[in-house]
Amino acid sequence: MTTWLSNTVVDHLRVVATWPELPGDRYVIERPIGRGGMGTVYVARDTLLERDVAIKVSNAPVAGSGLDERLRQEAQVLARLEHPGIVPVHDAGQLADGRMFYVMKLVHGETLSAHTKRLLGEAAILGVFERVTETIAFAHEAGVIHRDLKPSNVMVGRFGEVLVLDWGVAKAIEEEAAASATRVGTPGFMPPEQARGEATSTSDVFALGALLFWMLTDAMPPPARDDALRVLNAAARPPRRLAAIVLKCLASEPSDRYSNAAALAADLARYRAGQPVAAHRETTLERIGLWFIKYRTFILLVAAYLVMRAMFAFVR
Amino acid sequence: MNKPLLGALVGGILGVFDGLTALVSAPETAPQIVGIIIGSTIKGLIVGVLVGWYASRVHSLAKGMIVGLIVAAFFALLIAALPSPDGTHYYWEIILPGSIVGLIVGYATQKFGTAKVRAV
Repeated sequence: MTTWLSNTVVDHLRVVATWPELPGDRYVIERPIGRGGMGTVYVARDTLLERDVAIKVSNAPVAGSGLDERLRQEAQVLARLEHPGIVPVHDAGQLADGRMFYVMKLVHGETLSAHTKRLLGEAAILGVFERVTETIAFAHEAGVIHRDLKPSNVMVGRFGEVLVLDWGVAKAIEEEAAASATRVGTPGFMPPEQARGEATSTSDVFALGALLFWMLTDAMPPPARDDALRVLNAAARPPRRLAAIVLKCLASEPSDRYSNAAALAADLARYRAGQPVAAHRETTLERIGLWFIKYRTFILLVAAYLVMRAMFAFVR
Repeated sequence: MNKPLLGALVGGILGVFDGLTALVSAPETAPQIVGIIIGSTIKGLIVGVLVGWYASRVHSLAKGMIVGLIVAAFFALLIAALPSPDGTHYYWEIILPGSIVGLIVGYATQKFGTAKVRAV
């Protein structure tokens, strides 16, 4: 008896045949969800714990190549950086053909690109951006630089959690300082020195500035400072102090930027609290304005009291 | 500084100031100004402690200010109910500004000062 398979089934089998062969029977691959230069990410079922996970598999043509090494490094960086803004790694190993893979939490959510379209107002944008900055600040404190921050590498989960993904090109800061000039990153989010292969923590600060610029304007920052300010003002009309923070991040000279993400986070917090920021020297008038805004309720109450007292004095 | 103490400090200072303003709003009360200032200061201290105590338990700017308003208005009413030597009552002159002082104390105790952390 001959059994015929439909074309759909045959096509499906062809696709499945290209999926990696995982060791053991704990993880069962269900479908691919993303492919980058270094690896492909699949949704898989963890049959032991009965939950869905994400598995990143090296795209290396043969086991033991540079891509395998980078995937291993990424897994190690993720395992080292235990933070709510970084996807936790559950497991790692080698495929039957020797290539590397690692298992991580499956994040249900959307990329920053999709999420930003629904963010209304500066406060909402800064709320999300601050979470990214805090995560990068944590990495810097742990001696790691990301080197490839961009909207598609940030994900917002269904509970509002903000996660920084793709640490595949992340490096230890001392290691990077001594490393050969390797050019990694994404044009537009990559500062000039990183394009020359000299990334430091200030390179991540540049990428954060580009990310904030993109979130505020939906455009990439132009290389020239004046052009960037013009686009920023035309698209978002941010307060001068916020524009100064963005432009300080985007300075072409690393020494003109914040020294790391923590310094940027601190200045953003000052901005949100209505305090003077390091990126912008306020005029006396601006300082008075800030003070008035900060204590407006108190000032209005005192004014109301004085007006009432004056009224009683004059009405008599 | 804890909130009841802060409330007492703010209430006391505003009480002194509030009492002194009687010289402007009701100059005929000048002979009794010492008594007015003492009374106004004691009122401010009591209102401050009560409103500060409330602020250390309830963290809500709106509720804190409303409680400040009500407590201060009540104590201002008690003082206004006492007639001056010529028998005149200064209800509005005492209750309205006094209530605003309560609002200020409510605002200050909600915004500033440290609340006690209770062990669970």
